[in-house]
Amino acid sequence: MAAKKFPVEAGHILLFARSIGDENVVYTDEEAAKATEAGGIIAPPTFVQASAQFDPNYGLRPKIGAPWFGSGKNPTGRVASAGGGGGNGGGLHAEQHYEYHRPLRAGDVLTSETKPGRTWEKEGRRSGKLIFSESVTEYRDQKGELVVTARGVGVRTERPVEQPADTKQEA
Amino acid sequence: MPLSASKLKVGDVHTARLVDDLSRTQIVQYAGASGDYNPLHTDEIFTTKVAGYPSVFAHGMLTMGMTGKMLTDYVGDTRLTKYGVRFTSQVWPGDTLDSTATVTEVADGLAKFDVKTVNQNGVEVLSGYAEARVD
Repeated sequence: MAAKKFPVEAGHILLFARSIGDENVVYTDEEAAKATEAGGIIAPPTFVQASAQFDPNYGLRPKIGAPWFGSGKNPTGRVASAGGGGGNGGGLHAEQHYEYHRPLRAGDVLTSETKPGRTWEKEGRRSGKLIFSESVTEYRDQKGELVVTARGVGVRTERPVEQPADTKQEA
Repeated sequence: MPLSASKLKVGDVHTARLVDDLSRTQIVQYAGASGDYNPLHTDEIFTTKVAGYPSVFAHGMLTMGMTGKMLTDYVGDTRLTKYGVRFTSQVWPGDTLDSTATVTEVADGLAKFDVKTVNQNGVEVLSGYAEARVD
């Protein structure tokens, strides 16, 4: 993801923290956070993923006026391209790795740059051929200093991942 | 509270329940907050009729985020230096997830952990590692 400008805001951190079921005061209560080691509102460890909101070309957000591949009148608003158990949605997320250089704080303004990494293929037992691709994103603060390094691995599958019986929901 | 190196031993285990009966609504919350609006996570019609899955399923990053709470509750806020995972099985609405951090190394002010999250059937859904500064 490439965000030209990713303002890290307390309100956004609150919503993100709630969505992962974490109402730690360091994410949700500025006054209480001041009394902790964090010293103020910080972001949860996976928060930089929300930089997607600030990537103008992010493909998994509907673009105003453009057809969207989710359902509306029809099950999909777009003709899906062949291949991709990810359902034409950029595939599935296989791995994610973070290195933290310092805590990310409300008030920081990040920029990010993503570089493609390795790609490789594997024959999957449950989903046919798997094509993996790696990307490395560096998040820098308003002073140009590195805050978080993220390495993601995405996978495109030949067909939807088959579900072994033991992972299906119990009836 | 941060961990104290003198009290940590290799093999120490910390566990936490991440979620009981994961709701579609929580997945929608995560989509909205993270900005990942992939219909595979929120649009049952698209996911069953077009993508061919039995239902919508959670973002891997939601499981990583919830697992991160287990870690920061254990190691303390601002203490993580590394955190990485592989998503090994999908997480579905209705799932109940439990997560474990196991100490693998304590040296030079840093502790390393194996991290694992399983569903109600004991199936691993996330597997990874973390590193944190300790006192």
